[in-house]
Amino acid sequence: MIRLWFKSGTPWVWLNAAAVSTSLIMVVGVLGLILVRGAGHFWPSPVVQFTYQEPNGQIQTIIGEHVDTSITPAAMAKSTGYAMADDEDTLVQYLIKAGNRDITGTDFRWILERNVKQQQSPAELMVVERREWGNFYGRLVAVKESGKIIAEGAEAWPAVQTKISEALTVFKKIAHLEKKEVGAINYSLEKLRLKQKKLQLENLWDTAAEQRVAAEKAELEVEYKKYQAQLSELYQQIRRDSLVAKTESGAEIEIPLNKVVRIFQPNTMSVFDKIVHYGVKVVEFLTDEPREANTEGGIFPAIFGTVMMVMMMSIIVTPFGVIAAVYLREYAKQGFITRLIRISVNNLAGVPSIVYGVFGLGFFVYILGGNIDQLFFPEAAPAPVYGTPGLLWASITLALLTLPVVIVSTEEGLARIPRSIREGSLALGATKLETLWLTVLPMASPAMMTGLILAVARAAGEVAPLMLVGVVKLAPTLPLDGNYPFLHLDRKFMHLGFHIYDVGFQSPNVEAARPLVYATSLLLVLVIVGLNLSAILIRNHLREKYRALEG
Amino acid sequence: MSELNTSIKSPPSIRISSGEYHQRWRLIKDVLARYGVVAGGLGVIVAIVLIFFYLLYVVYPLFISATAKSVSEYAIPEQALGNTLLLEMEEQNEVGARFTDSGQVVFFEAATGKTILTQAVAIPEGTHIASFAQGSPINEGAVIYGLSDGRAVIAKHQYKVTYPNNVRVITPSLKYPLGEQPLVLDDSGAALEKIAVKVGENATTIVAKTADTPQGPGKIRLINFQKEQSLFADEAALTRTDSVLEQSAAGIAGILIDKDESNLYLISNDGQLGFFDISDKSSPAIRQQQNVVDAGQKITSVTFLNGDLSLMIGDSSGLVSQWSMVKDKLNRPAMQKTRSFKVSDKAVVSINAEQRRKGFMTTDADGIVGIYHSTAERQMIKERVSDALPTAAVLSPRANALLVQSADGKMHFWHIDNEHPEVSIKSLWQKVWYESYPKPDYIWQSSSANSDFEPKYSLTPLVFGTLKAAFYAMLVAMPLALMGAIYTAYFMAPRMRQYVKPSIEIMGALPTVILGFLAGLWLAPFMEEHLAGLFAMLMIIPVGVMLFAFAWQFVPKAIAHNLSEGWDAALLIPIILLSGWFAFKVSVPLEAFLFHGSLRDWFKTELGIGYDQRNALVVGVAMGFAVIPTIFSIAEDAIFSVPKHLTVGSLALGATPWQTMIRVVLLTASPGIFSAVMIGFGRAVGETMIVLMATGNTPVMDLSVFQGLRTLAANIAVEMPESEVDSTHYRVLFLAALVLFMFTFVFNTLAEVIRQRLREKYSSL
Repeated sequence: MIRLWFKSGTPWVWLNAAAVSTSLIMVVGVLGLILVRGAGHFWPSPVVQFTYQEPNGQIQTIIGEHVDTSITPAAMAKSTGYAMADDEDTLVQYLIKAGNRDITGTDFRWILERNVKQQQSPAELMVVERREWGNFYGRLVAVKESGKIIAEGAEAWPAVQTKISEALTVFKKIAHLEKKEVGAINYSLEKLRLKQKKLQLENLWDTAAEQRVAAEKAELEVEYKKYQAQLSELYQQIRRDSLVAKTESGAEIEIPLNKVVRIFQPNTMSVFDKIVHYGVKVVEFLTDEPREANTEGGIFPAIFGTVMMVMMMSIIVTPFGVIAAVYLREYAKQGFITRLIRISVNNLAGVPSIVYGVFGLGFFVYILGGNIDQLFFPEAAPAPVYGTPGLLWASITLALLTLPVVIVSTEEGLARIPRSIREGSLALGATKLETLWLTVLPMASPAMMTGLILAVARAAGEVAPLMLVGVVKLAPTLPLDGNYPFLHLDRKFMHLGFHIYDVGFQSPNVEAARPLVYATSLLLVLVIVGLNLSAILIRNHLREKYRALEG
Repeated sequence: MSELNTSIKSPPSIRISSGEYHQRWRLIKDVLARYGVVAGGLGVIVAIVLIFFYLLYVVYPLFISATAKSVSEYAIPEQALGNTLLLEMEEQNEVGARFTDSGQVVFFEAATGKTILTQAVAIPEGTHIASFAQGSPINEGAVIYGLSDGRAVIAKHQYKVTYPNNVRVITPSLKYPLGEQPLVLDDSGAALEKIAVKVGENATTIVAKTADTPQGPGKIRLINFQKEQSLFADEAALTRTDSVLEQSAAGIAGILIDKDESNLYLISNDGQLGFFDISDKSSPAIRQQQNVVDAGQKITSVTFLNGDLSLMIGDSSGLVSQWSMVKDKLNRPAMQKTRSFKVSDKAVVSINAEQRRKGFMTTDADGIVGIYHSTAERQMIKERVSDALPTAAVLSPRANALLVQSADGKMHFWHIDNEHPEVSIKSLWQKVWYESYPKPDYIWQSSSANSDFEPKYSLTPLVFGTLKAAFYAMLVAMPLALMGAIYTAYFMAPRMRQYVKPSIEIMGALPTVILGFLAGLWLAPFMEEHLAGLFAMLMIIPVGVMLFAFAWQFVPKAIAHNLSEGWDAALLIPIILLSGWFAFKVSVPLEAFLFHGSLRDWFKTELGIGYDQRNALVVGVAMGFAVIPTIFSIAEDAIFSVPKHLTVGSLALGATPWQTMIRVVLLTASPGIFSAVMIGFGRAVGETMIVLMATGNTPVMDLSVFQGLRTLAANIAVEMPESEVDSTHYRVLFLAALVLFMFTFVFNTLAEVIRQRLREKYSSL
């Protein structure tokens, strides 16, 4: 019977079905993994106090978040050097985020479950998110103002909350002044310097010009002094307050409030509090600048850079892609040339993306950019303006990379438009261009849209070429700001995909950065899956419509 | 139809149809648009061709041969001041220097021969120069004069570059690093017949051969000065160590000290090379004595290659051989001949090493100058510089100019354009024997902290890594994608297919950086911990699926028919999850029982296979994941579009669905499936981020699935940002990109041609 069953071929069909199921499980599994890890990061987890017996017998208190558990079979644990009792089947270890890197030197430590003597979650344990040295875990002791204690014991908690919100307001003011106002002055000074150099190069540098530049410079200096005074006052204000906290080992440390982002007691939070906290953290993640070598804080510059780059790329790729598709469908005679173009399109789609990066770096950056610098920006030499990787070159490189996507999609759309429509238009006396412009292209616009969406999705996730043509791990300024000419195509930018690579693999503290990388990945996946789904929906809708049109 | 109506409601041409001018303008616009569109369409071809030719344009200089051209020829400057012992040239190729046997140094303009400065070295009265040598390392500019009374003078020529009025002015001068007073090397006053020196920051070593005297035969003396910087005094004290080599001085023709002052080489007239360990200056020890030329030949010239690790030995038959220190089986250093160059039929007159690369220049008795690169085994230049016998020659420090003095009293100044000698077909693709390596090997090592380090550009390990990664990725992706495509296209219920196809296509849209990140930070540690579970899964899941399928035929037909027609894949999901979970559960006791605890350790101890956390298996799975959608989508299309009358006919003739699948559908669709696989392979070859993040990026040549690798693409991503524009490294990286480009070009073009054929075939069926 079994032989008969095998002969019928049914088992092979089932096995093929299993391949599909496996692929589906893999997709869902990967998406689920990213979703769970990425979305879970912002939820405040309880802070636990462990009474732990060190391997040398010493009893110690450890305070921190329980991040991970690893279960190792006894045999494997033995081979890695753990002493195992005969009745133990597994070795259970906890990964604890104990924070306090400034005191202990590491954020994380593994502890053995069997050595944990006691495990509690006291309500008064607090988490201090800091701008330096990562989180602090411990107990609040007192609040100080100008070195004097102003609140202690039970009063300390409300006092510290008000003090922190004050400090945060001042901090925002400082950031605004430094970034916006002082940044603008510095930008103007640099412009002035380049202007002076340019005049000198053109031999137009005379006393009149000298006086003019000096006057402008003096004006800027005055303004700068003004802001400087404001800033030093604000700095004094923010440095005034501090809090005193007790660590797990009982030592007291003082944390200045200008280094504190927020402070909370997760063990006392209600579900509603936690939801609010979660929301605040997500908003911070999406709108804030990164802190601590990108391992904490937000990813706003990366989102902004990605969006800017993708927009620039769309502007470049759409006309070219559409024109090429129109040529293939509407103008060219099907034959050798169109076959050649189709092969080229396929090759453009198949060339490894890193090759585009190499090409972009050599051709766009060094050749085009280098020549532009020589022709238009001789005053900036030896510092390059366009002769260095930047937003413009990254956009053009990716436009080249995504060109086939737009071509293929638009061509498909054009192919589905019934001949009768073109013929009708031509019969009424319209020229070919008019037919195209007034009837065919408007009808094909959803297809172009699909192509563009797919191109955007591809560009948003591409990293390898960008590493060569313009992405940096930390850009001091955004490519779009309030300084004339507002859009700075020569600037380097940050990118979500590169951010994942950089933080996940180049960061000095990978363990601490990992949750943030998952969160960034989740954002990127959501954007890309969303874009792809919408493209698929548009395409399906379009097919239905044309089917109706033909019928 | 609404869109149709609106679009032809009011064509502007009709609204403003007045005058011939407008009509003509319409036609002109139409023609212009035509040209624009045609240009745009052909632009695609231009783009791909531009990429190819640009890459080629950058790579091309690697393979063109060097050129040399004569700039000027003039009489030897200040010939009256004696014969030339040594020619020198400074970095900018502006000033040349001639050291004469009368103790004069003539600095002259290299291009014209005009004397700039003549300076006499402080040679004491009543003595004459018995020997002369250039100090090592050569780029420090030290020379030593051995005198007829057993004393020696060390001098250094230096060039100061200043820019008065924005014009470069180079001022030569002479310095005495160990004082103007001659050093007494031989107390008995015997003449120093041969001499060598190494002048270092803290130590100076001199080796000299003294002449035979009535008191006894000549000796080889070793004198070392160690500079001891006292904490309090500004002046450093010199500590002198003297020793005599236990070696007959007879017949010694050349002495060489390496720059570490730990190895000494003595070359004798009859072709013997003596190799001494002098790291302990008070007791030099002989390590090896060996004949280095063919019988009957003589050593005519010897010099160190840059880095002082190899000797280039030229003989009277025109052969230059490279001798390097190689560790033998017992880990003892020994001189071994690594390669040789036949530079001429006549005797080699001189060998000059390049100061920054592993190249060297030779002159032969016919006045022919050759420039070679040792590791690349490339002859860069061979030109006749003079008709007379060359008497002295020098290569400039940047190796872009040379000076040759010939016996007819002429000086020849040449420019050389030799940018990339270190790259040859052999050094890129074949095994190369690098200095201080035990044997020839494929090595990629492009940079190091050390300045006289030699870059090693073998693309072979990178290509190997690329193919290895792609191979394991295809191993994972091909079965899943092709089997999945067969099922989806042919057996799956249309409603399920509607959802499955986009889901798998979305899998292809996932950014590879995310897959790489998950592979590196989640999958790699997971796999390391659950290796046995993974292998168990491979075996248990198919068995589980088969068991379930077998059991399924006993389910009542009514239920089975409703559920399973085309929905088998959905039914199988819980089965696969369950058997996967079971595999992991059962793997722990199995591992303990069969492999004494840990499969990883078992591989290591029993089979000798080491385990890297980020290995080819991780890459295979992660990149397989990325390639599945590509292969799946194209193969599915090919199978799905097999004309229905073929399958219906086959089924009508009584074949089972599976037989129809294998014998009819697959056969018809096979070109499409083939092109799907090729496009998938092309994608796997060029993938960058996954391999960059999921492997250790070590350029090793090891087939083991548990070892890391480095691919061409990842290598470019890692090294390109740091490489200097237009340097050899930069161009070699472009070559890597070109290789990738051509590779994928061939695969994609082939796949596309096959697909176009297939489409025609289908439409004719």
